[in-house]
Amino acid sequence: MDSQHKGREIKMLDPRINAINNRLSGINRIIAVASGKGGVGKSIIASTMALLSAKSGLKSGLLDIDFTSPTTHIVLNARGLQPVEDRGIVPPEVNGVRYMSLVFYLGDKPSPLRGHELSDTLLEVLAYTVWGRLGLLVIDMPPGISDLTLDLLKYVRGAEYLIVTTPSKMSFETIRKLILLLRELRAPILGVVENMKMGGADYIRREVEVLGERYLGEIHYDEGLEDTLGRVEELLRTRFAAEVGEILRKIINVKPQY
Amino acid sequence: MHEWALAEAIISAVSETAERERLREISSVVIVIGELQHVNKDILRFAIEQLKQNRLTGAKFIIRSTRAKFICRACGHKWSLKRTDLSKDVREAIHFVPETVHAYLKCPVCGSPDFEISGGRGVWIASIRGER
Repeated sequence: MDSQHKGREIKMLDPRINAINNRLSGINRIIAVASGKGGVGKSIIASTMALLSAKSGLKSGLLDIDFTSPTTHIVLNARGLQPVEDRGIVPPEVNGVRYMSLVFYLGDKPSPLRGHELSDTLLEVLAYTVWGRLGLLVIDMPPGISDLTLDLLKYVRGAEYLIVTTPSKMSFETIRKLILLLRELRAPILGVVENMKMGGADYIRREVEVLGERYLGEIHYDEGLEDTLGRVEELLRTRFAAEVGEILRKIINVKPQY
Repeated sequence: MHEWALAEAIISAVSETAERERLREISSVVIVIGELQHVNKDILRFAIEQLKQNRLTGAKFIIRSTRAKFICRACGHKWSLKRTDLSKDVREAIHFVPETVHAYLKCPVCGSPDFEISGGRGVWIASIRGER
């Protein structure tokens, strides 16, 4: 209290926190594609989901928050584009997808960021990106359960989590921890996708069911997939895209309980 | 026009706080802007004046700046930003996300990109004064 002015003084507020809900208010569903380890195919699955969703007629967006190692621009072939400033930052549209990535500001330069810097970056991106009305926003997350996962859980309460693993026990061990964290924080889990499937082992399916989560399906290892990166029409004709489409259909029609 | 988005966020945060704290009239708001944001203060001031309403109508908005300062985590060197350190394109990039400065600046002594932004980043509301 300020007795001299018979009033009250409140100190230190971050206006970005207030802006986030407003920025996300026009989005029907937010799906965060997450994993415990890197290299399991999150970015290409997230990008393909956004592309397929847009192609099906749903207004779709893709946000890459793997700030130190963004790669979705390679899948989308989004080089040479720039967001426009208009009461915020309006993301460009790439192959029908409204797309935001730090790559617009970094180019090919490395961005060595520590924990609180990653948090500040996420707050800036969430507070100032103008998505408008979207049926679906897909978020490509960095691997693991550190800063950005915790920040997304804190600031984007409505996000639903799609977990990606490979058939490896090592990969599953890391998503088990991710699932337990998401449960503790009461975040909705859509289910688990087994990517790069080779052979008929059902280890991941069994373990997911033991955990009581939904096994959404398998995506087979596709030797030709690498050659389609940046060539969206070819990418969408692959077996990989067909299998991502199956999973998308399963989750887009069912909204989990919060 | 990032400044308009910033003004909207500031007005929203002040209004929400005023309601929560049951302040019927706000008399003054102090906003601090980091140099790294490269915010045009005149546009921000104009946008705030256009957007303020209800219990904020009579509020005086004071906008202050803080210098950008850095501390190298590798060698401990401390330095400030010179306007000539950054090109127009780079200033525009870090206007949106100040952390991208790590891609463009290096410690002038040892060349490390691992430095701390010890001042001059972000925008925050330093104080809100009002009557109950």
